[in-house]
Amino acid sequence: MKKPIVIKLIVVIVIFLCALYIDLPHQNGLRIGNFTRSGDLYLGLDLQGGMQVLLEADVEPGTTVTAEQMSTARKILENRSNGLGVSDIVFQTAGENRILAEFPGMTNADEVLATLKGTGLLEFVDTGDQYFPEGEAIKTDLQHSTSSETNVVNSSNPSSTESAGTAVTALQTSATESITNSAETTAQPSAESSLGNAEGTAQPTAQSSENVEATPQPTATSTEQPTEEEKIYHTVLTGSALKNVTVQMYNNQPVISFELKSEDAQTFADFTSQNVNKFLTIVLDGKVISSPRINEPITDGKGVISGNFTIDSANALAIQLKYGALPVPLKVVEYKLIGATLGEDSLQKSLVAGLIGLTIAALFMLIYYRLPGLIAVLEIIFYGSVTLAVYKLIPVSLSLSGIAGFLLTTGGAFDANILMFERLKEELRNGKTITQAVGLSWPRAWSSIRDSNIATLITAVILFYFGSSFGASVVKGFAVSLIIGVLISMFSANFVTDTLLHVFTKSIADVPENKSKWFGI
Amino acid sequence: MKIDILSKRYWYFLFSLILIIPGLVLLAVKGMPYGIDFTGGTMMELQFSQGNRPEREAFENEIINYGIDATVVLSGENNVIIRAPFLEDSEIEKLITYIANQYGESPSTLRYSISSVGPSIGSEVASRAALAVVAAALGVILYIWFAFRSIPNSFRYGVCAVIAMIHDSLIVISLSCLGQFWGWQFDSLTLTALLTVIGFSVQDKIVVFDRIRENSRIYRKLDFETLVNHSIVQTLERSINTQLMTSEFMLLAMALLGGSSLRDFSIILLVGLLMGTYSSIFIAAPLLVVWQNKEWKNWFGHGNKKAVSEG
Repeated sequence: MKKPIVIKLIVVIVIFLCALYIDLPHQNGLRIGNFTRSGDLYLGLDLQGGMQVLLEADVEPGTTVTAEQMSTARKILENRSNGLGVSDIVFQTAGENRILAEFPGMTNADEVLATLKGTGLLEFVDTGDQYFPEGEAIKTDLQHSTSSETNVVNSSNPSSTESAGTAVTALQTSATESITNSAETTAQPSAESSLGNAEGTAQPTAQSSENVEATPQPTATSTEQPTEEEKIYHTVLTGSALKNVTVQMYNNQPVISFELKSEDAQTFADFTSQNVNKFLTIVLDGKVISSPRINEPITDGKGVISGNFTIDSANALAIQLKYGALPVPLKVVEYKLIGATLGEDSLQKSLVAGLIGLTIAALFMLIYYRLPGLIAVLEIIFYGSVTLAVYKLIPVSLSLSGIAGFLLTTGGAFDANILMFERLKEELRNGKTITQAVGLSWPRAWSSIRDSNIATLITAVILFYFGSSFGASVVKGFAVSLIIGVLISMFSANFVTDTLLHVFTKSIADVPENKSKWFGI
Repeated sequence: MKIDILSKRYWYFLFSLILIIPGLVLLAVKGMPYGIDFTGGTMMELQFSQGNRPEREAFENEIINYGIDATVVLSGENNVIIRAPFLEDSEIEKLITYIANQYGESPSTLRYSISSVGPSIGSEVASRAALAVVAAALGVILYIWFAFRSIPNSFRYGVCAVIAMIHDSLIVISLSCLGQFWGWQFDSLTLTALLTVIGFSVQDKIVVFDRIRENSRIYRKLDFETLVNHSIVQTLERSINTQLMTSEFMLLAMALLGGSSLRDFSIILLVGLLMGTYSSIFIAAPLLVVWQNKEWKNWFGHGNKKAVSEG
């Protein structure tokens, strides 16, 4: 046997054994050095049931959304979804302004959607002399453009936009409540919170001065209110400006200290210097969560929000500040749910269909091509195991369209074999010896295998691009399986079929009987 | 083996036109039954417990009375499919809770599958899909042009492959349009099938063209028509074995056993791949000969002569 053939044979056997090892189910996950993968093949949500939500940046047409904003939004959503307690949740940015979220195995729509929608856009709003109680809906120039939309994830409940007319009464009622509150609970520093430098609030006097300031507040509210019912306030910064948020204890009172990103610290410094004693209202999803007064300019980007927080409410606010801070508003533009029954049904049926189809094709190859047919079946087994191993390693989730793509590239793998065997038969009919014919079948068939597969690859790559920019996971899954399948099938045709042809025909004597016996001519 | 395929080439063209034109007329008259992936909208399949499924009309009225302009069809033994204009996810949840209460079901078992696509997404997908097809066609022409650069007129091979590819897609499009009579919709899975047919159509053409490329180096004196005919005959066995015996068997198995989600997809692929093989032999290669002989010069001025030679 020639040396290259022996080397190829060894390579094939080694790859096959590795692939088999990877394919076997691993109870504790697959581990190769530092490289770990789940032990099982990852099923797409059309095969195990689940939900898929496509979110889109909800901005005015023409507004640009940066890739950084989208990837930050994606990370925030990932953090939030950790609370759902499912490990396989996938978030992908799709195209320029969309995020595709997949929740395999989850069909409790309420919980999933609540997680995506529960918290959203955090804004620091310049409300001037206006104090807002918690829970009040206000309009800002940032969300104003989107407030007419009905399906805005982060915006305001429908009520906040629809009931603008009743806002006056609602506000006045709550304002009255806050007076009583602060009057009754004199032990508490204030019903409101305040904003100041860390050093500033560290002084005990800071809190007493705040108390004094708090009292004129409700009066200001009620006098200004009637004229301002439709007022749109300016958003100074969004939650994306926050670098770090922590809860600290000061005087047995929890306070929230925050740090701004350096590029936003200057904006904040300018604003706070010009607006001392005015209110910087913190708004989440169009609703006020806190309306602290600016006690003094904050120039170093580090500040403290103090107020009558409990540990729990301080933590809750800190989490909202940290994770609720979407850099862009998002809305649901597409929503799909596959029940577990349907998924299971599809999986079983497509597996059965695939096995039956493969068996028929394999039988045909054996009967029609004899010895080469056997080689083709071995090649397909090799191809199948390696493909499965690659799916596990990358990892690629196996979806319904992925199975379809896999079966089609299996057809392509058969085609590569058929192309070679037809060449082989042709050369044998032309009177070549078995060794000569075997030697010629690969070089002669290669040009058509190469060109036809490259054409498929071109289409698959375009499909992949198309699928990923739209969150069309059906198309994307199909394209991925097509690309993987075509590459592995081209490799297998050379390394397995060609090699095995050489190895298996080595000991067949070149006599006419053998040609008809082994090659069916 | 002496098979003369090319001499009857105009009959094949006629046959293809007979297949395609009715489909295109149907498309013009009835339009493509686009699914919600392209038009936007909401489609819900709900599963009722055994024997608890309401009658179609009563159920449809129930939903219309509830305030949603929906159409309802029954599916399988216990399922109903509701089609409605785009509903927000919160509206969907409200509707499901309402139906669950009305019929004593639990919302979680009712949800069999739900799909809701915003209208803006739909139109965008459609236009980008068209772009993807055009990009794929251009990519393929360029590649074939490059791959066949060693033989004369290599550009023709790319163009003929793409014409045959358009032929195959038109047949697939006609089929999906015809499918509206038994409830098919053109959705993203159909689009995937169409794009696959395009990819495999080209793959198949290349195998035949590759043989022409090889033969044109060997038989330099042979006239082009005989050369092409010879190449087709040489690859015929491979075409039949690859298409009918392997790919088509697998697709047939998927169409028969693959469950409702894959059935339409597999049937379209089944027909599409068959046409892909058909058009390599009966459209793409004959077109090369038509182009080589510049036969269009005889189409009009000498129409009678052609009819005689064909007959």
